[in-house]
Amino acid sequence: MEVTAPARETIDIILEEGGEALKSCYQCGLCTGICPWNQLTGFELRKLIHKSQMGVIDFEDEDIWRCVGCKACVDRCPRGVDMIFLMRSIRRVVMEIGAGIVPHSLRLSEKNISGAGNPLGEPPEKRMDWAKDLGVKTFTEGTEILYFPCCYQAYDPVSRNTALATVNILKKAGADFGIPDNNVVCCGESIRKAGAESLFQRLAQTNISIFKEAGVKKILVTSPHCYHTFKDEYPELGGNFEIIHLNQYLAELIKEGKLKFTKELNKKVTYHDSCCLGRYQGIYDEPRQILNSIPGLEFIEMRDNHEYSLCCGGCAGRLWMETKKGERMSELRLEQMFEVGAGTLAISCPYCMANFNDGILTMGKEDAVEIKDISELVWEAL
Amino acid sequence: MSQDKDKKDAQPKIGVYVCHCGSNIASVIDVPQVVEFAKGLNAVAIAREYKFMCSDPGQNMIKDDIKKLDLNRVVVASCSPLLHEQTFRHAVQEAGLNPYLFEMANIREHCSWTTEDHEQATKKAKALVSAAVRRVYYHQPLETKEVPVNTNTLIIGGGIAGIQAALEIANAGHKVFLVEREPSIGGHMIQFDKTFPTLDCSACILTPKMTSVGSHPNIELMTYSEVIEVSGFIGNFQAKIRKKPRYVDEDKCNGCGVCMEKCPWKASSEFDLGLSQRKAIYTPFAQAVPNIPVIDKEHCAYFQKGKCRACEKFCDREAIDFEQQEKIVEIEMGNIIVTTGYDPFDPTPITKYGYGRLPNVYTGLEFERICNSVGPTGGKIVLKDGSEPKSVAIIHCVGSRDKNYHKYCSRVCCMYALKYSHLIKEKTQADVYQMYIDMRCFGKGYEEFYERLSNEGVTFIRGKVAEVTDRAMNDDEKGKLIVCGEDTLLGTTVRVPVDMVILCIALEARADAKQVSQLLGISQDADGFFIERHPKLDPVATMSDGIFIAGCCQGCKDIPDTVAQASAAATRVLALISKGTVEMEAAIAVIDEEKCSGCRICNLLCPYSAITFIEEDKVSRINEALCKGCGTCVAACPSAAITHNHFTAEEIMAELEGVLI
Repeated sequence: MEVTAPARETIDIILEEGGEALKSCYQCGLCTGICPWNQLTGFELRKLIHKSQMGVIDFEDEDIWRCVGCKACVDRCPRGVDMIFLMRSIRRVVMEIGAGIVPHSLRLSEKNISGAGNPLGEPPEKRMDWAKDLGVKTFTEGTEILYFPCCYQAYDPVSRNTALATVNILKKAGADFGIPDNNVVCCGESIRKAGAESLFQRLAQTNISIFKEAGVKKILVTSPHCYHTFKDEYPELGGNFEIIHLNQYLAELIKEGKLKFTKELNKKVTYHDSCCLGRYQGIYDEPRQILNSIPGLEFIEMRDNHEYSLCCGGCAGRLWMETKKGERMSELRLEQMFEVGAGTLAISCPYCMANFNDGILTMGKEDAVEIKDISELVWEAL
Repeated sequence: MSQDKDKKDAQPKIGVYVCHCGSNIASVIDVPQVVEFAKGLNAVAIAREYKFMCSDPGQNMIKDDIKKLDLNRVVVASCSPLLHEQTFRHAVQEAGLNPYLFEMANIREHCSWTTEDHEQATKKAKALVSAAVRRVYYHQPLETKEVPVNTNTLIIGGGIAGIQAALEIANAGHKVFLVEREPSIGGHMIQFDKTFPTLDCSACILTPKMTSVGSHPNIELMTYSEVIEVSGFIGNFQAKIRKKPRYVDEDKCNGCGVCMEKCPWKASSEFDLGLSQRKAIYTPFAQAVPNIPVIDKEHCAYFQKGKCRACEKFCDREAIDFEQQEKIVEIEMGNIIVTTGYDPFDPTPITKYGYGRLPNVYTGLEFERICNSVGPTGGKIVLKDGSEPKSVAIIHCVGSRDKNYHKYCSRVCCMYALKYSHLIKEKTQADVYQMYIDMRCFGKGYEEFYERLSNEGVTFIRGKVAEVTDRAMNDDEKGKLIVCGEDTLLGTTVRVPVDMVILCIALEARADAKQVSQLLGISQDADGFFIERHPKLDPVATMSDGIFIAGCCQGCKDIPDTVAQASAAATRVLALISKGTVEMEAAIAVIDEEKCSGCRICNLLCPYSAITFIEEDKVSRINEALCKGCGTCVAACPSAAITHNHFTAEEIMAELEGVLI
């Protein structure tokens, strides 16, 4: 039998990288019981924490890249252990100190973000090409709102529809807004959770100085990941801006009667709470208010909703890593959509968009159902 | 006591004693330096240091110096006056000084424990010593007065804690007012079926005590009543009790129960937690003490619709009184014991456990009633459909050890969970699963009980349950409640299909504990429980003299601990009664009648109603027995006519100057 002694040095490294959370864990296993991975495959989350407590973690184990940071366990943990912080610190040990192996696909995305400023590796000078023919102005000092689309919404042909719909809605609502120039980079939210701390710091500083220089005060986003990092992580680096997600903005416009729908949308729609907008921010009501105000739209809830929403599987860098068929959370979630007979899955996050679109393709459902960002549905009905 | 040393005109001669408190003070503060500093202060005759000033040698050092050096003022720089002011006052008194010619400088809690900066700490210690020395210079001898202790005791709450305390005091020959807001005494304990680990029938061991309370000549039992006002101080409290109308004349009723039999109206039984029904006129349970029913106005047809009066018709004692009004009773007592108990945690917010949503998910307290032979199922452990469960899961730590609800361990759940396992095994063929995090079996005979249950074939699964669901994944799970979580010892997730789930709910502070704390002037901790005077050395007293706490209102505990604490509280009360008098604070306010303009501002502000206006002299006067020395009047007096003994302007100014060296 192998004999194990606590390895103080490893424990200290994890603690140094911000893994304080491991101290509070009393090994009840609630996190393992809650973790959506365990509906698909084995992921011994509790054991991973205990291994960190003992300093015997295997940094070459693929499991340290598994946690998607969906926050379901954090919200119910009896000791308030922030697993996302802990995972981030363990990954830092690999990413920054080089203690283990970074999965190839993640390393590629990291390189893309580092070099091109976006995970897709698209040329930075083409970042704002999506808006070329829309006649949208570039943000200048004095403009009320900066609309900041996520990298996917800027480059990915499917996600781009969100940015287009958003711009159209904003124009219709008469909003005073502008878009950034090509110098902005990825917000850095996911790559930070994946452990690339120094890269995150660089990205954040780049964006913060661009925003500050341009005199930005209010930023509208269509990705809850940008929302989370701008709102919760940039302030500690000196970036204090008012951040608003499109859902909040639209709900307010509708409430004030400033957005009038002219078309009926005869669709049976269900809504997927993304982790970053739901559990991270508690924004549950606004998307539902928007959908329920669209004429003709029939809204239906899936089994797991609000704070119990099931992750699409794309947070914390997991979007960039390969997940075997049969082990994908997005497919589990789509089953829930089929279960309630919805034809449209409304989402408000580019990662959910990517994962669910992949899901319906691999499940052969691309003709039966559609994945739509809320902005697209709103624009359709205006 | 009053010797030359106390004389006002005697030149102050001060002794300063700096304590190391082991390493508590000395590891941070440079004590020799403080001593050297003290030696240079005005009127200081001697300054010394010692490892433990509170020890006998420490105290003797002070006493010897007083005698040898003819000291007439003493300063001790050590811990909080809360801990040792009395010790040192007593020491100087033994050496012939008036105890008020002593002053304490707190260089531990206020200094060495608050910083690791040695230099700054030493500097502050010097400032505190300097302040105490300057202050004590002006101290005057004061005389304490003694007032008699009223031998009556008020006990609030008639659960096992209140019952125990009441019997202890009443059996010692003193009067007890036992106030209970429910129609009967008995508390939660009377709802339990068996008690761990001995498995005594809870009612069998409690009802004899309840009956004794009911018939005891020294106990005035006031059920269906609430304390609404408390005033006074240790030895001399007054309280107002609201007696809610029962609509049954307590003097006429003989408890025959015919009214309950004939009453046609029903309501959900509070005693059975809604699992059965009771009548609109009812006693909560058969062995209620007193055995006098109450009419529930909300469900009585006569009160609601003006018709019925069936109870009245059949009562041959003519005890039914629909006109009865609530009564306010005023009582006096010397001491108060608070035994208001706990509330069971409502698990509804933990939606994933399905309580209130999934059938056959019960709380522990509900299960106690189900097990009980006079409970809603006649003691049969059955499911909602009347069938016997084939498997039961018992989930630990529901609302306990969880920062989302209560961070603390409720201390009783592991044991009652084991007890349930035994009862289920005894009464059914069911498989029992204990879903636990850590088994905490710390009491006498508890670990042995755990071992016994292990041998009875109970399955222990270590892990906090994530979810109870009725969504079956296979045929075996169909129609079952599936308990999901991680078996942390196997390191795998488990799904346990069962028929019944019991949630071991936490104990929590009473929802209205805050009102009680305000009523009595006692404090609550962060969890809402009442705070004892000292967590280890004085767990039954409160910071309010003459008010004691016992049982779960102070913190979660089991029956043996509750009974022990209740007996301890009773003993403390008896000690005060036995002593017969209490010393009144000498540091009280006095009015200089020459300066008093008779404006009466102080009369209204005094929280102890200690100041009255003397019409013939047109001045206000303070009742020395009632004044607690709070200082409110001193600050408020526009003519500066009120002086606070031991807190004179002279003393306070000198102290301030001392700090600002």
